[in-house]
Amino acid sequence: MSSWIDLKAVWEIVVVGLLAGAGLPALFAVGLRALGRPGPGYVRTSESNELVGGNPVGIAVATVCFAVVLAAIGYGIYIIVASGHK
Amino acid sequence: MGNVVLALVIITALAFDFTNGFHDTANAMATSIATKALSPRVAVGLSAVLNLVGAFLSLAVAATIASGLVNTGLVTETVVFAGLVGAIIWNLVTWFFGIPSSSSHALIGGVIGSMLAAAGSHAVKWQGLVSKVIIPAVLSPFVAALVATVGTYLVYRISRSMSEVSRRDGFRIGQIGSASMVSLAHGTNDAQKTMGIITLGLIANGSLAAGSSAPFWVILSCGLAIALGTYMGGWRVIRTLGKGLVEIEPPQGFAAESSSAAIILVSTHFGYSLSTTQVATGSILGCGLGKKGATVRWNVAGRMATAWVLTLPSAGVMGAISYAIAHAIGGTAGIVVDLVLLIAVSTAIYLRSRATRVSPANVNSKWTGSVAPSEPAAAASGS
Repeated sequence: MSSWIDLKAVWEIVVVGLLAGAGLPALFAVGLRALGRPGPGYVRTSESNELVGGNPVGIAVATVCFAVVLAAIGYGIYIIVASGHK
Repeated sequence: MGNVVLALVIITALAFDFTNGFHDTANAMATSIATKALSPRVAVGLSAVLNLVGAFLSLAVAATIASGLVNTGLVTETVVFAGLVGAIIWNLVTWFFGIPSSSSHALIGGVIGSMLAAAGSHAVKWQGLVSKVIIPAVLSPFVAALVATVGTYLVYRISRSMSEVSRRDGFRIGQIGSASMVSLAHGTNDAQKTMGIITLGLIANGSLAAGSSAPFWVILSCGLAIALGTYMGGWRVIRTLGKGLVEIEPPQGFAAESSSAAIILVSTHFGYSLSTTQVATGSILGCGLGKKGATVRWNVAGRMATAWVLTLPSAGVMGAISYAIAHAIGGTAGIVVDLVLLIAVSTAIYLRSRATRVSPANVNSKWTGSVAPSEPAAAASGS
């Protein structure tokens, strides 16, 4: 059976796929939400449509989130290059 | 077999690479076009450039379709050529119906079909076919759908306090990145297959020593062929994936593309070669499942699944017929006759497609049950 289906590889692809394919978009969403947090003295209305809300903590959190996402993308490109030169 | 045959094999391989490009533009760009994160023209242009870059990123020729699936010692130039013809015809037929089917499966099916016609059942490694092609093909859409469902659910849950407009704009920006990654991964995976075939032909012909890697001109021409195909934009397939399967909003498109990119890269890393098309389709289905109240058109999904099941045998039958014709006539003349037939069939399919033309102008028009758009294509451009 094991020569027909590589269960270990399937399992690994599911777990790492979930971390990278669902976890990173979630992190990007956290970043977007933090970025949009209104700054001090700002009254939020239903027309608050700007991407950057101006809250310093929010901007800091967003920066960290986006940095992690970008680092993961860089690692992904590194994997493509490395696996092609085996 | 002389240099003429080799030249014809190379040209046909590049033609296949071209169809591979326009058939698969949708995998990376359908959702970005549907959510208007990118305009149709910019999307196919960006995807084309990244496919070209992807072709250069990884320079070692992959094991290719040959090893593990067929007895490489029995492969002749005619077998490869007939297999390519079968694959191109099936790619064009599925493109005509706007169905995202796997170009890799078409190629594998075509080569196996012509191999069967040439040498019989013993030349095919059936276990390799099941474990390397069929089982991953059955599993990958489910894995992709699972990851995209979870991703979509999380993204909507996290961003629910954001205003409609800033959420839309934010995820549109994210989509540019995620779609780019899918394009890059596609160029790396799919351009390699044609490079492998051409290199195989060069080795069989004696132009290259056995075990050689692809020469620079092979990498460049394959990269250019797939990029040019991508830039043509297979609008029919883009329309089905972007509008037909699920009504997509930017957060969904972003989650679907991220899932596709991650799964293709992760599986490449673990040595599993998956069909980009099946992963992308599974992800798009998942982004419909993960959002409450989203419409998923199961009849469209069912048609795709049917086409996927048919791809290997159909391309195989066409590869076998193509081999039989070339073999019956024999030699270079047989290959030339095949090529003329291929051009005739391709032209017929193309002319037939003009009646229900899909172009950048009407690719996003409302889905009314088929790939044929409700609005006519603009006169100026498109394919």
